[in-house]
Amino acid sequence: MIRKLQQNGWLLNVSLMGVILIVALMSGMFGQVDLDVAQVAAAVFGPPDSPEAIIVRELRLPRVLLAILAGASLGYSGAALQGLLRNPLADPGVIGVSASASLGAVIAIYMGLAAMSSLAIPVMAMAGAFVSTAILMLLASRDASVLTLILAGIGISSLATAAIALVMNFTSNPVTVQEMVMWMLGSLENRTFDDLTLAGPFIIAGWLAMLGVGQGLNALSLGEEAAQTLGIDLKRLRWRVVLGTALSVGATVSVCGAVGFVGLVVPHMVRAMIGYEPRRLLLPSAFLGAILMMLADILTRLPIGHGQLRLGVVMAIIGAPVFLYIVFKTRESMR
Amino acid sequence: MNGLEIQNLAVTLGGNAILRDVSFTVEPGQVVGLIGANGAGKSTALKAVLGIVEPEAGDIRIGDQDVAALAPRERAKKLSYVPQGAPVHWPLTVERLVGLGRTPHLTPWQEVREEDQAVIRSVMEETDCWHLRNRLATTLSGGERSRVLLARTMAVGAPFMLADEPTASLDPLHQLQVMDIMRGQAACGAGVLLVLHDLSFALRYCDRLVLLHEGGVLASGTPADVLTDAHLETAFKVKVARWSEGGEQFLAPHVAGG
Repeated sequence: MIRKLQQNGWLLNVSLMGVILIVALMSGMFGQVDLDVAQVAAAVFGPPDSPEAIIVRELRLPRVLLAILAGASLGYSGAALQGLLRNPLADPGVIGVSASASLGAVIAIYMGLAAMSSLAIPVMAMAGAFVSTAILMLLASRDASVLTLILAGIGISSLATAAIALVMNFTSNPVTVQEMVMWMLGSLENRTFDDLTLAGPFIIAGWLAMLGVGQGLNALSLGEEAAQTLGIDLKRLRWRVVLGTALSVGATVSVCGAVGFVGLVVPHMVRAMIGYEPRRLLLPSAFLGAILMMLADILTRLPIGHGQLRLGVVMAIIGAPVFLYIVFKTRESMR
Repeated sequence: MNGLEIQNLAVTLGGNAILRDVSFTVEPGQVVGLIGANGAGKSTALKAVLGIVEPEAGDIRIGDQDVAALAPRERAKKLSYVPQGAPVHWPLTVERLVGLGRTPHLTPWQEVREEDQAVIRSVMEETDCWHLRNRLATTLSGGERSRVLLARTMAVGAPFMLADEPTASLDPLHQLQVMDIMRGQAACGAGVLLVLHDLSFALRYCDRLVLLHEGGVLASGTPADVLTDAHLETAFKVKVARWSEGGEQFLAPHVAGG
């Protein structure tokens, strides 16, 4: 029985969900004001007007929820894309949506829109993500081979990166440039329920698009032709994964900045735990992505570098060594 | 049980006519060999039957059922396929890999069921790879791998099995094993359609042959009818030496005029 649960990945999934709860609780505890478990519990379930309740409900809760949504999106779509492309190097960035969302945000900062509304940056970033997805669909719609999709994604990504450089180039105020760079390094600081209501629906829609793709990804382990003759509708599968990634990661980047590495590393960490079957990786990758995102967010609250530590930096600094370790450990089976 | 009928199949790829007016039938219990020179359209014919390549014209039927009109999953239950040089992209265990053959019988949410497990075990025993079940598929030798991929295809349990050069890149013993498995499938009532390059195998293992030449059928019928000197010279530009030993016929090509 236990072996079967282990094989199905349920044991892992249940454990990861437990860890999510624990880390979420930690995320409610640590910050400029440290609270203990009882205080967090009282803040969540008790009267809403105590100072603790305000800190937890208004400041930390949206942050925790966003970290979960964002991390899960990056982890899940990373695992799905690696399965679709049958390439362990794929990450959600390959379809160009992260760079395009960043371009939207940078333009918003350049035009000074952020001063008008706190939602200006995420809305513009989301617009950037949409435009890139539309271009991608246009470029790749007629014969959406995987190679076409990736090349189109790389092209869009390069173009967006070049445009970001161009905008920075034209920005005369160094403070504004710094603001742009800091945004792109990612953060969940000062995020509110407004950010959550803006990004949440798109993130959930992306997840729904990717629901149930596991069987097709498993069949793709045998190559495209074999998958097709096993009854998998490849075109549909490709679009579900690409559109799901575009929606969920586009919305994620719009509110958190371009946090790299989660989508690339998390599926590898899960493989080290339960093997390579693409379907089995999806859910644990979402859970582990959420956990890492919350942990990284907690670390950004530490008084290091005058509170300027950014989410994307923490993630990469932790993620890269872990990634190297996994590569080192699994180099036999990668052969 | 009805045969797999291909009628007037035509395929054009990238503006080039690859196949035209190709017709043949695979009856249950038969091994049919599709032979022809490189570029004659053998693999394309298989792919058109499977729906991987869209035919320009022609009918593909099983009995009175139009195969092209079937939903992908239903078609997959009728026709199984061993692609040429089939890749394995992830180090899955052999048992999980063979289990992928059950995909058409499962909903997107379903895991392999008890009854699937029984099928998986029986095809793995039949192909002598049950002892490999916990190995990673990426660590197998060429011969083991081809047996595992055959087991994966057999696990579909389709009435018709199509294979694109299943003996390619195998040593002689493993080639013979694969051909014996194919015969075994036919003996169990499946219709087997193989793309073959080895004319000796075509002669010895197939009930019927279809010889493709420049996108059309040059000859079809029993191996004796198809593998004539004249046909082989036209299709392959080779002559053949023939002999028999122990009641079995053999055939080896050599260069025409040589």
